Amino acid sequence: MAINTNRPTSPHLQVYRLPLTGIMSITHRMTGVMLSVGLALFVYIVSSLAGGGMAYDTMQTVMSHWLMKIVGWAFIYALFFHLCHGIRHLIWDAGNSFERDTLDRYALIELAASLLLTLMTFVWGYYGL
Amino acid sequence: MDYRTPLARAKGLGSAKSGTGHWWLQRVTAVALVPLSFWLIKFLRLSLTAPYQQTVDWLASPVNTICIIAWIVAVFYHAALGLQVVIEDYVAPEGVKIASIWAVNLAFLFLAMAALLAVFRIVSIG
Repeated sequence: MAINTNRPTSPHLQVYRLPLTGIMSITHRMTGVMLSVGLALFVYIVSSLAGGGMAYDTMQTVMSHWLMKIVGWAFIYALFFHLCHGIRHLIWDAGNSFERDTLDRYALIELAASLLLTLMTFVWGYYGL
Repeated sequence: MDYRTPLARAKGLGSAKSGTGHWWLQRVTAVALVPLSFWLIKFLRLSLTAPYQQTVDWLASPVNTICIIAWIVAVFYHAALGLQVVIEDYVAPEGVKIASIWAVNLAFLFLAMAALLAVFRIVSIG
């Protein structure tokens, strides 16, 4: 008897295309790890402020390098993504909104909100509001 | 009543009676961090663009000092709790797993103390 090679495969990560909610879930974890590593940068910034005017100016020069600016904005976006999906988790923890048709809609709201918050931070920084 | 198998008991596996506390504190720190993130953004904006004295004055005002200290305590605890779960999920060998979690906890405790010390020094300047 011929073996049927066209049988469904189990959802293993390498052969399974993640749905939007799955991508959001793993991104939440990845941004969490990245933000944790990024905390070292916060310690550097706050320590340079404690070190006096000279150390502070050096830190500002280092942070104004284009590479550090990319890292900085990646940190801000990761923060807002993690915050928005974190709120989603808190809604789930409270026992709400497990309905199938809400899942994708909430994911899109989170993405839009995290982009909007990053844009607001950019505008705020630019115009000094 | 202990429902574990004799083998599991001998290996020390099973409930350590701290899972709920871990889960709960992850949520408590998460809720605290939502509003406190505003102070981080404000601090980053000042420290990356403003002159030295302006940033010191801002951080030395009581409400800002308290909010940044609260953010530091919550965020380093939240990060250590989160990374522990990531390590538990992906690191299989028991010894490496335990050593990694210890290393993460010690590293974040060290970073948190460095950040708090810096804030205290700034407050005493300003």
